[in-house]
Amino acid sequence: MAKIVGTITTSHVPAIGGAIAKGLQSDPYWKPFFDGFPPVRDWLAKVKPDVVVLVYNDHGLNFFLDKMPTFAIGAAAEYRNADEGWGIPTVAPFRGDPELSWHIIESLVAEDFDLVTCQEMVVDHAFTLPMALCWPDQKWPVRTVPVVVNTVQAPLPSAKRCYKLGQALGRAIASWPKDERVVVMGTGGLSHQLDGERAGFINKDFDLKFMDSMVNDPAWATKYSTVELVELSGTQGVELLNWVVARGTLPEKVSKRQANYHIPISNTASGLMVLEPA
Amino acid sequence: MPSQKSRQPVPGTTIFDGEQARKGYALNKMCYSFNDAANRKSFVADEDAYCARYGLNPQQREAIRNRNVLQLLEAGGNAYYLAKFAGIFGLDMQDIGAQQTGLSKDQFKAKLLAARG
Repeated sequence: MAKIVGTITTSHVPAIGGAIAKGLQSDPYWKPFFDGFPPVRDWLAKVKPDVVVLVYNDHGLNFFLDKMPTFAIGAAAEYRNADEGWGIPTVAPFRGDPELSWHIIESLVAEDFDLVTCQEMVVDHAFTLPMALCWPDQKWPVRTVPVVVNTVQAPLPSAKRCYKLGQALGRAIASWPKDERVVVMGTGGLSHQLDGERAGFINKDFDLKFMDSMVNDPAWATKYSTVELVELSGTQGVELLNWVVARGTLPEKVSKRQANYHIPISNTASGLMVLEPA
Repeated sequence: MPSQKSRQPVPGTTIFDGEQARKGYALNKMCYSFNDAANRKSFVADEDAYCARYGLNPQQREAIRNRNVLQLLEAGGNAYYLAKFAGIFGLDMQDIGAQQTGLSKDQFKAKLLAARG
């Protein structure tokens, strides 16, 4: 049977793509962020995943407001990156795993999570940059399944619903009959707000509490409404819902393998965590 | 109909909900088109014609003309799509943040740094 070997949750700020393209990993501005990743790569080399299930939000590459699913899942053999309009270089295509995708779809719909299924899907920076941070040579050694959460247009799914989705996703993966190792990623956050007079809002205290809850109190964020999460973490900080989904795939007890937090990357408080089932 | 107060419970923040999504549809659709380099080029070549093609209302047209982010938000724009518009002019998120908060770019960067505590 398949096994979830752990989760990687990380920020996905577009500027990271520019920094990678310019080779700024050791630049004083960027170093505290990039320095979080060598331990993640060491961990990946040890756990050797076959598949990454990557939970993120699309920023207007694959989905527009004409059709905005609350939850969607890729079921394609390949996922391509494309121009998002502001010039970060595109990356090589990712192999999909349609069989696993459909297994997850069957399993989640049977548990009353009615996802939009996508046999064609382009993936944006929220998918590509975390992958590039984990595998800097951009030769992806894993098959992938994208899971998309709407963090763009309110009403957003509640943190409670996202956590339950993660739990159901965990059960779906665990019931996959192939003997494979799966890493679940959740990308976005942590606190940041790009728009409005409140632009530049960052909440270190909240972020650190949230990161602690990922280890010690996984349902902590579910006590907040999505508007409360916007108030606490910013209009885009609410992308932490993707972390909540990823965390839901793990059991109650986990071990922290890596954590990093840095203010700021672009306008964002960047967070990174690697968790394993205890 | 939800009240304006319940829709905007966080100061300096507009929750991008159904009402904003309806109001801003044409504007966001135009910004979404800027994923395509040929469309960005067309916009730059003839801004009036490009905006007309997407049916922007006068408020949206004016906000685009002014390159003013708060006006674009007021006209129903969503940050993720507006970022593609900003990309045409090579503006980064600190430029955008500075403009919206009335700070210089350096002041805005200092504000971000101050969040370290």
